[in-house]
Amino acid sequence: MTSLLSVRDLAVGFGRDAAEKPVVRGISFDLAPGETLALVGESGSGKSVTALSINRLVDFGGGRITGGTMAWTRPDGSTLDLAQADERTLLGLRGREIGMIFQEPMTSLNPVHTVGAQIEEAFRLNRGLEGRAASDAAREALDRVRIPDAAQRMKYYPHQLSGGMRQRVMIAMALAGNPRLLIADEPTTALDVTVQAQIMALLAELKAELGMAMIFITHDIGLVAGIADGVMVMQDGVVVEQGRLDTVLDAPQHDYTKHLLGAVPHFTGGQAVRSDHRRETGQQPAVKVDDLVVRFPIGGGWFSRDAGAIHAVEGVGFDLVPGETLAIVGESGSGKSTTARAILGLTEATRGAIVTSPGRHGRPVQMVFQDPFASLNPRLDVASLLAEPAIAAGMRVDAALRQRMVQLLERVGLPEDALSRYPHQFSGGQRQRLCIARALMLNPDVVVLDEAVSALDVSVQARVLDLLIDLQHEFGLAYLFISHDMAVVERIAHRVAVMYAGQVVEIGDAASVLAKPRHSYTKRLIAAVPGIERRRQRYDVDTTPVPSLIKPKGYEPAPAEWVTAGEDHLVRVE
Amino acid sequence: MNYLARRLVTFPLILLGVSLLVFFSIRMIPGDAITAMLGTEAGLLTPVQRQALAEYFGIDQPAVVQYGRWLWGVLQGDLGLSVTYGRPVLAIILERFPLTLELALLSMVIALSVGVPAGVLAATRGERPADVVVRILAMLGQSTPGFVVGLVIIYVLSVYFGFIPAMGSFASLWSDPLANLGQLIFPAVTLGFAFAASVTRISRASMLDVLSDDYIRTARAKGVPARSVVWHHALPNALIPVVTLSGVEFGYLLGGAVIVEQIFALPGLGRLTLDAIGQRDYALVQGCVLFIALNFLIVNLLVDLAYAALDPRIRLGAR
Repeated sequence: MTSLLSVRDLAVGFGRDAAEKPVVRGISFDLAPGETLALVGESGSGKSVTALSINRLVDFGGGRITGGTMAWTRPDGSTLDLAQADERTLLGLRGREIGMIFQEPMTSLNPVHTVGAQIEEAFRLNRGLEGRAASDAAREALDRVRIPDAAQRMKYYPHQLSGGMRQRVMIAMALAGNPRLLIADEPTTALDVTVQAQIMALLAELKAELGMAMIFITHDIGLVAGIADGVMVMQDGVVVEQGRLDTVLDAPQHDYTKHLLGAVPHFTGGQAVRSDHRRETGQQPAVKVDDLVVRFPIGGGWFSRDAGAIHAVEGVGFDLVPGETLAIVGESGSGKSTTARAILGLTEATRGAIVTSPGRHGRPVQMVFQDPFASLNPRLDVASLLAEPAIAAGMRVDAALRQRMVQLLERVGLPEDALSRYPHQFSGGQRQRLCIARALMLNPDVVVLDEAVSALDVSVQARVLDLLIDLQHEFGLAYLFISHDMAVVERIAHRVAVMYAGQVVEIGDAASVLAKPRHSYTKRLIAAVPGIERRRQRYDVDTTPVPSLIKPKGYEPAPAEWVTAGEDHLVRVE
Repeated sequence: MNYLARRLVTFPLILLGVSLLVFFSIRMIPGDAITAMLGTEAGLLTPVQRQALAEYFGIDQPAVVQYGRWLWGVLQGDLGLSVTYGRPVLAIILERFPLTLELALLSMVIALSVGVPAGVLAATRGERPADVVVRILAMLGQSTPGFVVGLVIIYVLSVYFGFIPAMGSFASLWSDPLANLGQLIFPAVTLGFAFAASVTRISRASMLDVLSDDYIRTARAKGVPARSVVWHHALPNALIPVVTLSGVEFGYLLGGAVIVEQIFALPGLGRLTLDAIGQRDYALVQGCVLFIALNFLIVNLLVDLAYAALDPRIRLGAR
C-alpha cells in the first residue's frame, strides 16, 4: 500500500538561527492510510513541533522548516511536498485533508462565538455548505460525537460546556472536512480519566468508521497501547526509537524508552498496594471527619432571594490514623479538593465536625498543593519560604528554626545552599520537594496532598512518591492524598475513598476497593484507566452525565445507606 | 435589567459623595466670589453692600448650611445661581454641553476608525516596515502635547491653505451644521490624534496577545483564511481593552478638553469649569463637577454593557 504521508529527515528551527539550532531534526516516518502513529515523549521533546510541522501551523509560531521532505499523497493520487508548499496550497489542505485537535479544550475554542457557529464555519470552508445546509451538517456532526441535545447545544458558548463536551466539539469541527489524516495533540491530557476513556473510544470508533489515519501525540505511553499501530519515541528533538506497537512496548531497545516504560506508574487493579501499615483497633485518629457538608449559595444579591446552592460536599465522613494514607479519588468537580480545603479551614463548612488530634505544635494539618510553580512566592528565597509557616504560627526565626530548615532540606534531598536561592532556580520536582519541606516545618500530624504529583513529569513523579513514603515512615505522618490518577493512588494509598458528585460512594482498604470495586462509578472509573496491558482494548463510549450539584433552596438529600463489602470496605447503596 | 437597576441605585450615592468633596474642597481655596467678581473695586464696597451681595448669592451662611440649602435645591433640579453669569447654573451647563459632547464623539470616532485598523495592521505585520511606522506614529501621538498638534494644525491651515475657521461666534449643530463641523473638525482631529495613538498601541498589544491564543491556532488548523482569522476570530476577542481605554478617554473628554478649547476658542465645558474655579463661582464649579461625575458614571455603565455584548463569558450581575 502506498503511504499517505512520508516524512524524510525533517528539521525544524525557530527564530534567527533556525538552521543552525534545529529544535527537531532527522525525523523520518511513513504513515499508511487508516493507520495510527503514536508520538511519545516528555514535555520539551519536540513531539508537538513535529506534528505542527505537518500542517505547517508551526510557521505561525515563528518556526521554520529547515530541511527534509514531507511527501503527502493528495486525493487525486498526486504527491505534494508539504515542506515546500506555499501558504495558499496549505490553506486548501488544512481542515480538508488534515484535521487537528488540541490539548486544551478549554482554550482551543473561540470564546466569543457559539459552538454551532464554529462548527458551521468548518463546513462552510471545507465543504462549501451555506446557511441551513451548514447548520444541519453541524448538528449532525454534534450528534455523531454523542453530544446530547445537539440542536440546543449549537447555541451554547464554549464556556457553557464541560471539558469533555468541548473536546467532542473540537473533534466534530476537525472531522467536518472529512480529513484523511487527523493530528491529535495530547487530546485527553486535560481531561478526567473517565472522560478520557470516552474521547479515546470516540476517536477509535470514528477512525474505524471514516478510515482516516491518525497521528496521536501523548506523554502517556499507557494511552498509546489502546489505539496505536506504530510508535515513535522522541527525546530532545530526535527520534530515539520507532517501530510497531508491540515491538516497542514489549522489547524496547533504547534506554529512554525503557526508562519511560519503567517510570510510568502502571495501574494493576489493586495488586500493587502498600502493605506497610495496619490499623490497630482503638487507635486514636489524627483527623476525624463526620458528616461534612459544604454548600455555596448561588444567585442572591440586593434584590433577589437565594436561588439555591451548589452542594459541593455532601455528608462526607472518614477518619485517618497516624502513619496511614487515605487517598480521595474522583473527577474534577467531585468535591475532593473542597473536602481538603474544609479540613484546613480554607473553606467554611456548612455543617459537620472535623476533629483533629491536639497536635505536636497546635497546627496539626499542613498542605502541599498541585502546582509547584504557582504555590511558591517567586520573590522570596527558600529560607523565607520555609520560615513562613513558623512566622504564621507566631514563632521566632532563630537558630533552632534554621537548623530545622537545613535538616528538612537535606531530608527532602536538596542541598543546604538552597536556602539562599529563589524558586525559579529549581526544577518542578525540586520545587515540589520544597513545598513538602515547608509543609513539614511545623512538624504536623496530617499532610494534605492535593494532586501533589500531578503536575510533574512521570519519572520525577515516581521519585517524589518514594520520598513521601519515606517521610511517612520517619515522622509517622498521616496523608490525605487527593488525586485523579489511579496508578499513583495504587502506589501510595492504604485506604481509598471514592468521591462522586460531592459524596463518598465507596471507602475502604485500598486492595479491596481497587481490586473488587462494588459501586457502579468506581467500576467505571477503574475500567477507564489505560495501561500497556490493555492493548487495543475496546472502550465503550459511555456518556453518562454527572448529576447536577445545583440544588434548590432547602433541598436535603436522603440519608446515605451503606453496605459492607469486606472487612474494611463500605459501599454506598445506589 | 436587574443589573441596570442595581447600578442606577448606586448613582445618587456616588454623586452625593462627589458633591460633598467638591463643595468643601473648593471652599478651602483662599478668596471669595465677590472679590473675584469685582476685583480691586471690591475694596470700594461698604460692609453693608458686601453683606447684601453675599446674602443675594447665599454665601453669607456657614458652609454646612450652604451645603444643605444647595443639596435641597439640587434635589428639586435647581443647581443654584452662577455668581459670574447671574443665571441658573443648569442652564449654562446645558448650553455648553452639546459642544463638548459633539467634540468628544467626533474625537472618539476619529480615534477608533484610525486606531483600531492601525493597531491590527501593526500586529499582523510584526517587525516589518508597516508595524514600525505605525508604532513610531503612535509613540509620537502619545508623547506630543495636544496644544502643539493644535497649533501646528492651525498654522498649516492658515498659512498654507488660507483657511481660517470662523472663531469667536460658535455655530451650533442645529443652526448651521456645516459651519459647526468646520469649526469642530480641527479640534476633534487634535484630540483624536493622541486618543488614536493610545487606541493603536492598545489594540496592537491586545491583538498580538490574542493572535497567540489557542483558538486562533484552531481556526488556522481548520483552514480559515488569514483575513478572517484576524477580523472574525481575533478582533472580537481583542476589543475588551480597547473598550476600557475608550471609556476612560471619552469620560475625560466629556469633562471638557481645556487646552484644545482654549486654543480653538470653543465655548465648552472645560473652559467653563476652569473659569468658574478662577472666579470662585462656587455654584457653577459644583454644578460642573457634579455633571462631569454623572457623565463618567453613565460612560462606565455603557462600557460594562459593551463588555457583556462583546464577550458572552461576562454575565452582568454575576458575583
